[in-house]
Amino acid sequence: MTTYRELLAQVKEEISEIDARQLTDELAAAQPPLLIDVREPDEYEQGAIAEAVHIPRGFLESRIEAAAPDKSQRIVLSCASGARSAFGAKALAELGYTDVVSLAGGFSGWKQAGNPWSEPKVLDAERRRRYSRHLVIPEVGEAGQLKLLGAKVLMIGAGGLGSPSSLYLAAAGVGTIGIIDDDVVDASNLQRQVIHNTERIGIPKAESAELTLTALNPDVEVVQYRERLTSENIDRILSGYDVVVDGTDNFPTRYLLNDASVKHNIPVVHASIFRFEGQLTVFKPHEGPCYRCLFPEPPPVELAPSCAEGGVLGVLPGIMGTLQATEALKLILEIGDPLVGRLLLADALDMSFHEVQLRRDPNCPVCSEHAGPIEYIDYDEFCAGGAHASAH
Amino acid sequence: MSISFRMPPILRPQVGGARQVEANGATLGEALEDLFTQYPGVKEQIVDSEGEINRFVNVYVQNEDVRLGDGLATPVPDGGTVIILPAMAGGAC
Repeated sequence: MTTYRELLAQVKEEISEIDARQLTDELAAAQPPLLIDVREPDEYEQGAIAEAVHIPRGFLESRIEAAAPDKSQRIVLSCASGARSAFGAKALAELGYTDVVSLAGGFSGWKQAGNPWSEPKVLDAERRRRYSRHLVIPEVGEAGQLKLLGAKVLMIGAGGLGSPSSLYLAAAGVGTIGIIDDDVVDASNLQRQVIHNTERIGIPKAESAELTLTALNPDVEVVQYRERLTSENIDRILSGYDVVVDGTDNFPTRYLLNDASVKHNIPVVHASIFRFEGQLTVFKPHEGPCYRCLFPEPPPVELAPSCAEGGVLGVLPGIMGTLQATEALKLILEIGDPLVGRLLLADALDMSFHEVQLRRDPNCPVCSEHAGPIEYIDYDEFCAGGAHASAH
Repeated sequence: MSISFRMPPILRPQVGGARQVEANGATLGEALEDLFTQYPGVKEQIVDSEGEINRFVNVYVQNEDVRLGDGLATPVPDGGTVIILPAMAGGAC
């Protein structure tokens, strides 16, 4: 019968170890190793090496392939004292990893030698449960979820597009959601604006949206702006936001928002809808075209009927709004290929999705290198209803 | 040279409600002329008095914006598709 001590000694014979000084050198190198802290969550939360990725020993075999797809890459395992990491190193060798070492002395030895460490930002147990389906996705994980909780997204309008997009952003744990809308809930909104309900008819849409979003997820702080977006207030409202989700229903607001977002360097997830059809793109300042590159001028009023005049199938903003939320989450998480420089044309009648290429206008008056200082224009004359940042 | 024009909702009343109509021409300009002969009502919504494409309308031949290509002289392949895309107001609607 082998004792634990004998087994540990045996395993240490089979694996390689490095000490804290060697680890310091390796972490400072041009190509640092993947450092994995295999301790339990409560140990990790009290302090860890900043560069470490946390995978508890019990999950090491099941999660290593997502964390280290290349089996020849150098991996350093660390635990509290160097025992669990030794067993972990042996397990990884059995899985075919060829360059795995264990940190002798573990985190205790690291700390005692006076090396730097910090208390990692982590999710508490309640949040781990709420966001568990995100945490298991390698592209999101705990670091991504913390990014979402720290992110600020501004919704222009709490209407047809703002309803589904803000619901999913709140559910995803986007920490701050600003909502600009000066309108009140009307019975004719409820065919598509699913964030509101029949009992809320007559109350401000921003207020109704806050009630729904904070009931869905108390982690979310909702900031209400019960006002119209104008050249006077747009700088104050936009500053500090990471992403804008555009659900405006009129050209004056859309051009004003475009010019301000270029000035503030904030990406805008744009969608527009009409009857059975929608358009979607991401305007990322200076990386792709802006709205003015796409449409330098607003159309005459008679050629641009609003949804109130033209109508819209209630579920269409549901489709386009959830696509907007998807793009906003990708921008925050910095994953995937956002819809920058591409315009998605959706048609619900034939259920087809078509993509056209958008390019930057080298002479764009707002985002090109020839552009002068950005001055806002209130395009009142282009909109029969006046500049209105709300949702009809 | 048959070319398919995908018509936006706003222009469909002028083409009898069709979502897609056919026209002939080797270039976008020729195809548009044929389109305007068949459906005179769409002309002033697509081009201005000088015959240039309106600034609030984008035209895509084979998914590329013609304004960044050869404009009205852009060649259109037989069986090709032209997308007419005016700016849409409706967002929060």
